Amino acid sequence: MSKAAYKDHLGRPLVAVTGMGVVSSLGQGVTDNWSALTSGQSGIHPITRFPSEGLSTRICGTVDFIDIPVPNAVERSFAFARETTIEALAQAGITGEFGGPLFLAAPPIEPEWSARFELGDRVKPDQMTGNAYEQFLAVLRDKADPAFHEAVLFGSISERLADLFGTRGLPVTLSTACASGATAIQLGVEAIRQGRTDRALSVATDGSVSAEALIRFSLLSALSTNNDPPEKASRPFTKDRDGFVIAEGSATLVLESLEAAVSRGARVLGVISGCGEKADDFHRTRSSPGGAPAIATISAALADAGLSAEEIGYVNAHGTSTPENDKMEYLALSTVFGDRMADIPVSSNKSMIGHTLTAAGAIEAVFSLLTISNGTLPPTINYDNPDPAIPLDVVPNVKRDAAVTHVLSNSFGFGGQNACLVMSADPA
Amino acid sequence: MTHTPHQVVVTGIGLVTSLGVGREAHREQLMASTAPARVTDSQSFAPYTVHPLPEIDWSAQIPRRGDQRQMENWQRLGVYTAGLALDDAGLKGDLEACASMDMIVAAGGGERDIDVDTLIVEESRKRNDREQLLNEKLTTELRPTLFLAQLSNLLAGNISIVHKVTGSSRTLMGEEGAGISAVETGFARIAAGQSTHCLVGGAFVSERVDMLMVMEAIQGLGKDPKVPFWSGDGSANGMNLGTAGAFLVLESLEHAKARGAHIYARLDAVLGDRGSRDTDRLEQRLARLADNTGASGGGEDTVVFSGASGYPALSARERNFLQSRFPAAPMRSVGALFGHSLEAHFPTAVALACLALDDDAPVSPFAAGEDATTSATANTAIVTTVGHVRGEGIARLTRMS
Repeated sequence: MSKAAYKDHLGRPLVAVTGMGVVSSLGQGVTDNWSALTSGQSGIHPITRFPSEGLSTRICGTVDFIDIPVPNAVERSFAFARETTIEALAQAGITGEFGGPLFLAAPPIEPEWSARFELGDRVKPDQMTGNAYEQFLAVLRDKADPAFHEAVLFGSISERLADLFGTRGLPVTLSTACASGATAIQLGVEAIRQGRTDRALSVATDGSVSAEALIRFSLLSALSTNNDPPEKASRPFTKDRDGFVIAEGSATLVLESLEAAVSRGARVLGVISGCGEKADDFHRTRSSPGGAPAIATISAALADAGLSAEEIGYVNAHGTSTPENDKMEYLALSTVFGDRMADIPVSSNKSMIGHTLTAAGAIEAVFSLLTISNGTLPPTINYDNPDPAIPLDVVPNVKRDAAVTHVLSNSFGFGGQNACLVMSADPA
Repeated sequence: MTHTPHQVVVTGIGLVTSLGVGREAHREQLMASTAPARVTDSQSFAPYTVHPLPEIDWSAQIPRRGDQRQMENWQRLGVYTAGLALDDAGLKGDLEACASMDMIVAAGGGERDIDVDTLIVEESRKRNDREQLLNEKLTTELRPTLFLAQLSNLLAGNISIVHKVTGSSRTLMGEEGAGISAVETGFARIAAGQSTHCLVGGAFVSERVDMLMVMEAIQGLGKDPKVPFWSGDGSANGMNLGTAGAFLVLESLEHAKARGAHIYARLDAVLGDRGSRDTDRLEQRLARLADNTGASGGGEDTVVFSGASGYPALSARERNFLQSRFPAAPMRSVGALFGHSLEAHFPTAVALACLALDDDAPVSPFAAGEDATTSATANTAIVTTVGHVRGEGIARLTRMS
């Protein structure tokens, strides 16, 4: 392979994916997830982590099959990320110290209520003055609680991953809300393009579903209340979609310059050919009515990849199943793709795995790359009542065989966050 | 590298600390030969001392009341300070420049509703069905929009809404390391030609009992308002949290020159790392960071802005390292004057370094009687931060004017 074949249209190093790992409510590992996803299976189930009677939403896509020593968001998010990273490194054939930077998308951390209750139980009667935190402070002055400290720091997940896998430098822990997973990949791509590393580990994990997290999203009317049956709740692009289903999961991608990957004989699973982002200044939770930022994000990703809209064969949608997102996403896609829109299949993994929040962009990037390598489009399930205002080919209910070279994956989040990735087949 | 490396310069400074609001308020107090008086509050959160938010008129940078109401003080402070930095760079209201401006924010989490949390904890003492209680109270008592004031990435989101910075928006988390990574990432992107101008910074509010709780879980807070920052044995006397908002406009030199911007300083290098702190591993790592950022030696015109947190033994190690590495360079103990501001700490120290490198007067000691006085103006600045449990970073900056 000539040197030029390792560069993209702007002369930058091409970035290959050489290892992937995934955990979702569908199961653990790429193989199980892909088989469930392409058979149209849903991972959405009733909430068992905490009592949900009386709540308007009683369903979720939590991951409850991975052992954790203490039930909190840090332990859970770390455990998911550890498992997907072990899987990804094994596939990449990388043993020993990873030796490149870590970019981790992780959920914002707050103390668990169980921890507050425990602290509350340690308050002595003469300390029961002032607000709850003043009481907790009295308890902690008496006796430090380093485990609690570590469980509420934002940097503690990447710390453990860095130690476990031998990543290099100060790991970056990031949040761009529901676009975080895509941003973690984008940061890895940028680091390789900067020439400061040949490889990067991009990880996105979210094990933060709790009563408070669920209630907060509920109070913003963001969640589906189609509780019965759970597996039918997430129905992107339908007329009766009523919100997303909160879920958990993780994905890891081993990124390498194509040249480094080929020279060490690694199997190239695909390339991240373009990344785009553009923030929205319209509203804290709603998108600009014209969809301009989303349009700009998609266009930026295509430009970064050096591709025209004509060359995209499939779109892995953000497709949350909220009334607002799916409408806006259609508007943005149809503006970019124009007359070709009807011919481009667009499906939503969230119809099956729910919205894995911080992890979504990376999990969906893994599924996008699997779509290319397997020649199979995963379906949008629960597509029983199409929204006539969103005339998309959503690959309704049943997977479809299709040869795809370039995939666009969208991620849009609260706070005006928009990030899109273009993934392509191995150029070799 | 596929691009010629670009020089990275600082062209805008937004700074709010207990000492005051804005660049000028800080310059007046810091370029005045004697250490400024610390502004602290030892009453409100006794036995803890905090460096409080100064008097501030949010409307000056957040004109719409509706926007102010959607935030709590942490986000307000960040949005306000970001506005100061944009103003200072001459980019505020320049819709085209802001629409293509990248943004990297170092963030923690926002304020909780202390009353609701207290109500639930108090009730839990009377009931056995705590999880049910939690569902009832959270459903009925939480203000729906408070969630948005708590979300880490909504500081950046509010900057987009209020100041129209929309080129990109990334929020980094992880205590002190987030601030280091934010500057490191912005620097690396501009240096490589991936970005031309970038708003970088963070904010931290010390007057939060929920944050005090986090730091006291390792009994890290100072409890005696009368003791100095450094103690006689070379260790520090505990962390005092400090409110700080610090944002910088970073630009490529070409971009700054093309629009005739004032350049405060050149950011030559910034790197972060982490790892074991056993035996001398911390010192070895700091030495590597100093080597790799070109931070070495230095005479009296090199000023070291140490971000020592005040966490006793750890700060002593940082101070010893700096004294042996930069024996002739005066040190400025940022934490002594401004308190420890976690995510905002490193950006604050970099902002202070820029002020010193832009001024003809020498920078005053920050810790009275502790930091060496100097009669030299600063030509080089070394900025360090050692996270209270993890993460270290060093930046090197050079005078341009």
